[in-house]
Amino acid sequence: MTRQEILNELKKVISPYTTNKEMLAQINEDTDLLKDLKINSANLVDIIIDAEAKYDIEIDYDEADKMMNVGSCIDVISEKIGQKQ
Amino acid sequence: MGNRVVVTGMGVVSPNGIGIQAFLHAIQNGISGIKFMPHYHELKFSCQVAGMPDFKWDSLTNYISEVTLHGLKGTNIAYGLMAALDAWKDSGMDFETEEPRWETGCVFGNSIADTEAMRNVINRVDNKEVKKLGSRVVEQAMNSGVTSYISGRLGFGNKVLTNSAACATGTQAILMGYEYIKHGYAKRMLVGSAEHVDTYVFGAFDSMRVLSRKFNDHPEKASRPMSATAGGFIPGSGAGALVLEDLDFALARGAKIYAEVLGGSTNSGGQRLGGTMTAASSAGVLRCINESLVSSNIHPNQIDLISGHLTATNADKQEIQNWCDALDRRGDNFPVTNSLKSMIGHSLSAAGSIETVASILQIVHGFVHPNINLDDPNPEITKLVSVDSLPVKMIKKEVNIVAKANFGFGDVNSCLILSKFN
Repeated sequence: MTRQEILNELKKVISPYTTNKEMLAQINEDTDLLKDLKINSANLVDIIIDAEAKYDIEIDYDEADKMMNVGSCIDVISEKIGQKQ
Repeated sequence: MGNRVVVTGMGVVSPNGIGIQAFLHAIQNGISGIKFMPHYHELKFSCQVAGMPDFKWDSLTNYISEVTLHGLKGTNIAYGLMAALDAWKDSGMDFETEEPRWETGCVFGNSIADTEAMRNVINRVDNKEVKKLGSRVVEQAMNSGVTSYISGRLGFGNKVLTNSAACATGTQAILMGYEYIKHGYAKRMLVGSAEHVDTYVFGAFDSMRVLSRKFNDHPEKASRPMSATAGGFIPGSGAGALVLEDLDFALARGAKIYAEVLGGSTNSGGQRLGGTMTAASSAGVLRCINESLVSSNIHPNQIDLISGHLTATNADKQEIQNWCDALDRRGDNFPVTNSLKSMIGHSLSAAGSIETVASILQIVHGFVHPNINLDDPNPEITKLVSVDSLPVKMIKKEVNIVAKANFGFGDVNSCLILSKFN
């Protein structure tokens, strides 16, 4: 999967956790999940759980801590998908 | 004396109607909300009927954000949110606020979190999948879940707390809110209670053999308070909510006023003198009712209507005896009395708040709702009071003062005195 493909899929994963749909439609790698998308920090856990289920991967606590913007989410997810193959 | 306290908004999620208009129509026409539950038949429950609101989760999209709704599993929270937000809207207040509403608080009661929803949590933990639980379990498992969702949605900054006193919870929540306003701690309180009697809690009551089991083929006839053929109660679910306000505060904003809370009391019989975990001590009940009359500064003869606890167990007779003794009114002098449970069953914690909404509607619209399924009144009850005081059809009648009481496990009692606003 390319980074752009992962970003497009990530939009769907994030969607239930933000009311800011306009911002979600135009996210890029620099978009901050908390500051820009106004996601409740407690919900980051839920986004990670949903991403794990979607890509059939496991993200450990230390890696999850890095996932604060869209770019870092894509980093972690693409690395995990790579390890599977 | 303290401040006068009035009711300026109401909301209800009841087995026989969701929203005030549907509920009013149902109680005026004696419409039962009791239905057959095929799942309870499969589970070999003795009682296979229940009062379940015709609730659609999708309807919450008009009340809370989709982010909040996503992951909301607690049915009791959903009922409480809907009733509370309907009451708030009914009071004429806006949902949105930037600043906390420092003058407004919330007392909302419940018994048990939705154990069906919690079963998923237990299964995941037992399957070593604790990492998949996510962030939304704790807020829905905690006893204060309902109050937290309500207060967060509306930005309440005054006292926010959760009460629990079994079947006396609802009336107690209203009384607590009333007391805070009366004594000047808050100007406005959103009060009420919610209950979802899920399969496991229902099963626990079924095993106690306190539920009606002989009317599974005729669900609408199964809840029979004060009847000779009453054979136990029917669990119900739902929520009731009221906005209480300091009278001057309500008048200053031009709020519509439904009724006034004159006073009330909550106490316990101490599980002494005949009181036990599951049975009310008459001494405690009499004291609770008498304290309510004193705090409201009314004479027992002023009571136009008793909205009883009256669940359809063998405690009904003792309850009527207690009202006779507390008010010193019996026979033809006994006030008109009804039990909403004949239509919706016994919704435990939610009973008191739903029944208080019904009581206020009877004050506002000048009627007494029928006791359905009372075609065969218990002769031990009609020995105490006139059969005319237990109407089986709706009566159009001016209702000025209602006594609303509930009695719960743990030998706890709550009584409210509600009045037309003068």
